Amino acid sequence: MRFIFKTSYAQDIALARHGGHVFWYGLLGAVLIAAPWLLPEYWLAQLTFVLIYGIVGLGLMLLAGFTGQFSIGHAAFLGTGAYTQAVLANAGVPFPIALAAAAALSAAVGVVVALPALRVKGIYLGIATLAFGFIVEEVFARWERVTGGNSGLHVKSPKLFGLDISSSESFYIVCLLIAVLSTFAILNLLRSPTGRAFVAIRDSEISAQSMGIHLARYKTLSFAISAALAGLGGALYAHKLSFISPDQFNILQSIDLLLMVVIGGLGSVHGAFLGAIFLIAMPQLIALGKDWLPPVIGQAPGLQGLVYGLVLIGFVLFEPLGLYGRWLKVRTYLQLFPFYRKGLFKRQKAFTKSDRLR
Amino acid sequence: MLQILQLLLSGIAQGCIYGLIALGFVLIYKATETVSFAQGELMMLGAFCAFAGMSLVGLPFWLAALLAIVAMAAFGVLLELVVIRPILGQPQFSIVMLTIGIAYVARGLITMIPGIGTETHALAVPYKDEIWKLGALVVNVEQAAIIGATAVLCGLLYAMFRYSKLGIAMQAASQNQLAAYYMGIPVKRLNGLVWGLAAAVAAIAGMLLAPITFVHANMGFIGLKAFPAAVVGGFGSLPGAIVGGLVIGIVESFAGFYLPDGFKDTAPYIVVLVMLMVKPNGLFGEKLRKKV
Repeated sequence: MRFIFKTSYAQDIALARHGGHVFWYGLLGAVLIAAPWLLPEYWLAQLTFVLIYGIVGLGLMLLAGFTGQFSIGHAAFLGTGAYTQAVLANAGVPFPIALAAAAALSAAVGVVVALPALRVKGIYLGIATLAFGFIVEEVFARWERVTGGNSGLHVKSPKLFGLDISSSESFYIVCLLIAVLSTFAILNLLRSPTGRAFVAIRDSEISAQSMGIHLARYKTLSFAISAALAGLGGALYAHKLSFISPDQFNILQSIDLLLMVVIGGLGSVHGAFLGAIFLIAMPQLIALGKDWLPPVIGQAPGLQGLVYGLVLIGFVLFEPLGLYGRWLKVRTYLQLFPFYRKGLFKRQKAFTKSDRLR
Repeated sequence: MLQILQLLLSGIAQGCIYGLIALGFVLIYKATETVSFAQGELMMLGAFCAFAGMSLVGLPFWLAALLAIVAMAAFGVLLELVVIRPILGQPQFSIVMLTIGIAYVARGLITMIPGIGTETHALAVPYKDEIWKLGALVVNVEQAAIIGATAVLCGLLYAMFRYSKLGIAMQAASQNQLAAYYMGIPVKRLNGLVWGLAAAVAAIAGMLLAPITFVHANMGFIGLKAFPAAVVGGFGSLPGAIVGGLVIGIVESFAGFYLPDGFKDTAPYIVVLVMLMVKPNGLFGEKLRKKV
């Protein structure tokens, strides 16, 4: 068990709390950088997808896990980023500029969505974002002159300063760089006054408001940053797949993204990446498990949905803090051994707390 | 003129389906303050129950329908008991995710039934493909059945909530669970019954919809269009759900005819976004302010 004696505010908000953090995250970074030489091509591609989904997850985590605003239409932002990137890349715009434009346009769309969100909360917000997601998906399908409609759109390979970075190794490095930068951006944001304001809004809008937090401004900001990260992820996603069509950005994708942050663990930056690992690894595990199951179950098209649903139900019922929460518990158990008590992470129930205003 | 009447009629029929599903949302929302994303899937399960009763067991339509309703009601009660009750009192969003999980599981399980789950089936209702002619107006009996059944169901629900002890207890629990509990109302059991009722209503909606869209594993996605209906009506209002459903159905029907392609499917969502911006509490929602 490690006790940290904090003697200054700088120490309180330090990114690395103690030497162990520096060591382990350094090791993780080293392994990730070495990955192109260590992993076969297929697994490197999967790792790239983990990073891309991780970036999108960071955005959704900021919005859902830290600001308490739930978006059931996040695929719309993902799609906006992907299509912006695709159109700009096909027009010959350099990769970094296209990327910035994709993030900026998604952020702008996020601000537009935030407008109704300022007036509604809870489930109404969910439905507003759901509605928005459907409308955007329809726009992708109908605006054929730009998006190619339902037949989809091919994306040219990305070029950075004249270099082709479409090979899986170099594109992995680009994704890794962007993922690390976004993670640091989110971590820094969360320890800044802005991030603290987001958390205050999540915990209680009324007390946040009475502490002088401008609700509308911060909610809009949260939506914009979240959408920008989703757009960034979408842009990378478009390049990685090199083909996009509207049905990749439908309601199921939005729900997958939500599932990712919930299973990863709401309210933790780790959760975004753990959820992304889950989302990418699960289909592989299911494919492996298919051979062991009787063909009636193994070959059913709904198997993946069934497993996702069961895992989701299991997590909500037994581990609401997600994978990251499970890790915290395991770590605490090991640190406190043999003094871990069962009720250490007990959830409090609040029957009288009502979302309906009364 | 005739065209408009015809569109209006099909809009109303479609709207009744949305209304019935939205009714399920509102019932559950009022009683337990949770939003169920599995309502569309409950509807799908209900339709499959009726289909199984008719074509596998060979029951007559009315018996199969009755059995499906009872089975779904029992299923709803069971669902509440097993998965919803343990996390009552947790943040609303956990329960939303939970119901999304239930929806996934329901869809997955149905597709696992060999030979049935992945196919599209027609429910052999006795009034299939019949047509009434009122002057020049052509009325599909399937649509008329939807409208009639919805009206009857609304009447029954109204009577239940107005006159029966159970209905009044449900109203009390939905207004203030704690106070109702202190008055000796078994709130937990009521919550279970409300889920049962919502599932039964969903099953009815499923059987009414089945002749029009057929029975298949993805018919539950129509439930996503019932959310706009519930919001337009005001999320906590039972008559609002039906009216909202009608509004959405009619708007969709007219948008499909008069507006360019693509507006038919998005019209409900555009309506709900406008509604949320203009009048977030819906047509029948109460205006409530939080007291600190």
